[in-house]
Amino acid sequence: MPDHFTVLMIEDEAPIRRFLRPALESQNFKVIEAVTAEEGLSLASSHQPDVILLDLGLPDMDGLEVIKRLREWTAIPIIVLTAREKEKDKILGLDAGADDYLTKPFDIGELMARLRVALRHLQKVKLGDKEPLFETKDFKVDLSSRVVTIRGQEVHLTPHEYDLLALLVRHAGKVVTQKQILKEIWGPAAGDQTQYLRLYVHQLRQKLEPNSNRPKYIITEPGIGYRLKYE
Amino acid sequence: MTDKRPDPDLLLTRVQAQEREVSRGKLKVFFGFSPGVGKTYAMLEAARGRQKEGASVLLGVVETHGRKDTANLLEGLEVLPAQSFDYKGAALKEFDLDGAIKRHPDLLLVDELAHTNAEGSRHLKRWQDVQELLDNGINVYTTLNVQHLESVNDIVAQITGVIVRETIPDKVVAEADDVELVDLPPDDLLKRLEEGKVYLPDAAQRAIKNFFRKGNLIALREIALRMTADRVNEQVQDYRRNMDITQTWPTADRILVCVSSNPASANLIRAAHRMAKSLRAGWIAVYVETHPERQSEQSKAIVMRHLKLAEQLGAETAMLSGLNFTEEIMTYSRERNVTKIFVGKPGASWWSRWFNPSPVDVLLRRSGEIDIYVTKGETQEGPPAVKPRPVKNEIEWAAYGYALLTVAVSTGAAWAIFPLVDLSNIIMLYLFGILVISSKQGLGPSTLASILSVVALDFFFVQPRFSFAVSDTQYLFVFLVMLLVGLAISSSTVRIRQQAQVSRLRERRTAALYALSRELASTRGTADLLEIAVKHISEVFDSSVIAFLPDEYGRLQVQCGNVADFKLTAKEMGVAHWAYDLGQMVGKGTDTLPGTDALYVPLLASGEPVGALGVKPHSPEKLWILEQMHLLEAFAHQTALAVSGDKLAEKQQHIQMQMETEKLRSSLLSSVSHDLRTPLAAITGSISSLLETGMTLDAATRHDLLENIHDESGRLERLVNNLLEMTKLESGGVQPQKELQYPAEIIGSAVARVDKKLTGRPVNIQIPNDLPMVPMDSLLIEQVLVNLLENAVKYTPEKSAIDISAWIEKDNLVVQVADRGLGVPEEDLNRLFEKFYRGPQKMNKSGAGLGLSICKGFVEIHGGSIWAENRPEGGALFKFTLPLESPLEPGEKNA
Repeated sequence: MPDHFTVLMIEDEAPIRRFLRPALESQNFKVIEAVTAEEGLSLASSHQPDVILLDLGLPDMDGLEVIKRLREWTAIPIIVLTAREKEKDKILGLDAGADDYLTKPFDIGELMARLRVALRHLQKVKLGDKEPLFETKDFKVDLSSRVVTIRGQEVHLTPHEYDLLALLVRHAGKVVTQKQILKEIWGPAAGDQTQYLRLYVHQLRQKLEPNSNRPKYIITEPGIGYRLKYE
Repeated sequence: MTDKRPDPDLLLTRVQAQEREVSRGKLKVFFGFSPGVGKTYAMLEAARGRQKEGASVLLGVVETHGRKDTANLLEGLEVLPAQSFDYKGAALKEFDLDGAIKRHPDLLLVDELAHTNAEGSRHLKRWQDVQELLDNGINVYTTLNVQHLESVNDIVAQITGVIVRETIPDKVVAEADDVELVDLPPDDLLKRLEEGKVYLPDAAQRAIKNFFRKGNLIALREIALRMTADRVNEQVQDYRRNMDITQTWPTADRILVCVSSNPASANLIRAAHRMAKSLRAGWIAVYVETHPERQSEQSKAIVMRHLKLAEQLGAETAMLSGLNFTEEIMTYSRERNVTKIFVGKPGASWWSRWFNPSPVDVLLRRSGEIDIYVTKGETQEGPPAVKPRPVKNEIEWAAYGYALLTVAVSTGAAWAIFPLVDLSNIIMLYLFGILVISSKQGLGPSTLASILSVVALDFFFVQPRFSFAVSDTQYLFVFLVMLLVGLAISSSTVRIRQQAQVSRLRERRTAALYALSRELASTRGTADLLEIAVKHISEVFDSSVIAFLPDEYGRLQVQCGNVADFKLTAKEMGVAHWAYDLGQMVGKGTDTLPGTDALYVPLLASGEPVGALGVKPHSPEKLWILEQMHLLEAFAHQTALAVSGDKLAEKQQHIQMQMETEKLRSSLLSSVSHDLRTPLAAITGSISSLLETGMTLDAATRHDLLENIHDESGRLERLVNNLLEMTKLESGGVQPQKELQYPAEIIGSAVARVDKKLTGRPVNIQIPNDLPMVPMDSLLIEQVLVNLLENAVKYTPEKSAIDISAWIEKDNLVVQVADRGLGVPEEDLNRLFEKFYRGPQKMNKSGAGLGLSICKGFVEIHGGSIWAENRPEGGALFKFTLPLESPLEPGEKNA
């Protein structure tokens, strides 16, 4: 991981900022702080940070609005911080263009993992790297040849199963909302047909996971979507 | 059921009555036999005495009539200004009732209890004002002359020849707390009169001159003295009774007085009252309605007045309906153990009595062990007797037409068969015709048919035919018998029909009442109950009806009904309130505030008002009949009972809820305060030691402290989350977002969430591969599983395995989490899911005891159920079900 990435932290709660700053700085991040949404938006355009940590419950503006305004001009990864019971806000935020989320209270370890994934994706976009190979201990996905193998054995996937897996691989480590998946694979008309999605996830797990009852790779983010575990 | 446990309702009313007794004002009557004996003087003197003792005294009404010594006594006493109001253009002055109530003195003086108020006042009579004052807890002194008492009114009229129109019910004086006789020998009174010390209103000079004759005065004085003596006697008896001295217990007599529309009935009622009083017996005034259709409205009004008089004198009243007066009276008397019957003397001549024996004669014959008192019916005084108008309606020409037609048809039929049958059969045919007519029409047409039949028989069939001449005189006898038989058939058939009519009427009333109570019984909610009552009452009484209920401040508000038909001015609302406050019918058609727009009926349940009804009949003359008023009262009573029952249930529910909430709150406080403080204490302690001595501690200890902080923070977080979930559940804020989900997926992600806490325990998941998708809220069910798993981790030994399985059973998904711990004590299996329940104390585990009750809440809003069992091989087993088909709308709770 290259040094000195800049993190913009838009958070109104001082105690959270107080522990985040040293934690981030200890990991070689450069930290800029904003207390209000307005300040955050202006700092984002003036400092061009590499990643933004955004609290959804800001006093001066709805967090969703902040995401939308940022996405009007930039693809900087945004990780939103929310309270536990606001499931809907998380989904709306992710669908509005946020890259990932963290539920307060969270571990610094978790935060770092999210940041790493976000930065890796940023890197890929910057370098135009397609990185066609995704490999785990149990299976391998080759996006260029559309082949999936388990310990060298090719696995037959239906087109939808493959599309789903490919989508997860492209976003490996990041959460993907149900709506995003449906839209991507079945088109905008798919709407709320989430049970199809669950059906394909179920089938995919049975084909790829060593124990489909306790999935190791395709993780459900309850109420939100799925995440392909990235090691 | 011989259990004589006191009825709580009854106890309540008794207590309320006692409370009312305590809070009710005391009434003292200064009682005299004539104007001029010094009642007002005595009253003022007594009032001054009270004032000296420190009581606040207010003069409501005091007539000094210009007497100087009386006027002197007024000095230093506060006077309540009279209320002047405008009535039909004339300025009238009257006692200011509302002012007096507002002022609320300890003692109020109101002269002349028998006074009739100016038209437009709230009450017709001043004694009613006084009742209201007493109800408001104000003590009242008042004055009264003997001739104004209802029960001696007739005697006074007989003695003095002066009819006193202003009378008051005896019960007002009987219920007075104190009666002081103000006496003066007649000679002294006459002397005062000569000296001009007695006030005489100019208009009544002559009448009053007649009044103030020595003979009259002596007689009046005797009545007054006797009445006072009676009262003292009663007090002695009351005392003896209260002290359980029962030797002189009065006879168990019960007197029944027969009331009619004859004006003499009023005297009859007074006589019965006097006897009842002297015998200390209960008495009943009864009116038998024999031919309701024949009675004029006027005579019905008189009957009603008489029954009211009896009621005022303390009688119980009853209305019976039946065709036979004697029979109804005797049946009722036997039912009620009546020992004496008072009945008026019939006035008809001996011959009419011989043909048509009067009810009194029949009563005398059939009375058996009951004494019958027949008193003279005098009709010289008062309004002339109102004879019941026989059949008010027009002569029914059609009925007579039918009679004619029937005879014609009989004749035609007879004509056709005459050659074949003999004369006796022809007669049968005619009698049949008479029967047909009398079963349909009244007595007149039937009689006509009887006569015509005889005439037709003679003319058409008896030799010589087509002539009225009769060849054989024997036929005259045949005609006579036929006529008599015809008449007998007519009258008995008509009577049977009338009887049926009367019982039909009675049945209809009962049925109407029954219909109301049945519908009320099957309804919940005050608004709906009133809606039903309004509907029934408007139908049965052909009226517009509105219902009032008190709001939280006790003010009546219109609840439902035909509001548009009422002029609900402030005054009308005041009258409605009046009915509600006093528990009496007031307004149009009653004695109290008759000038209003509608009749207002209180809704009384066990004496307590719960609301009021406004009734505005479409044809008033049909409602202002005693029986209808009684029936209306019965309807109101039914309604009130239903409403108060409903309110009571509501209240009880509310109280129960409050108690539950209270219980919950206290246990929540104790439990939560403990569970919140423990991790906080650990965190604070660890952090403070790190802050203060951090440099001197070795790395391992520092790490240990930091880990402690981390763990305890996690615990705190879980607790706060649980509390939030529970609060949301309890406030109904959790609505399951059901979607079809693979149970395996949910179970898997729940296990993943608790993975760290499992610390290497084996978790065996057994789920059939073909398990279908099941509708559920994935977030909530995952939480259920997480809680069950955490529970298992908490209460079972380390490294022991946890088994999760799921299967389909009878339209339900069953999920089971089994551990291999100690299990749950049998007696606690059901309590596990209660809030704040924690495992057996010896296990000494932390947690607010909310986890499982949250599980229960989540499962139940899905329409499923959750329970615990003990495994035969040891360990606890938690199972919950989720319905495959979801019959419930999201958010609907499964009771």
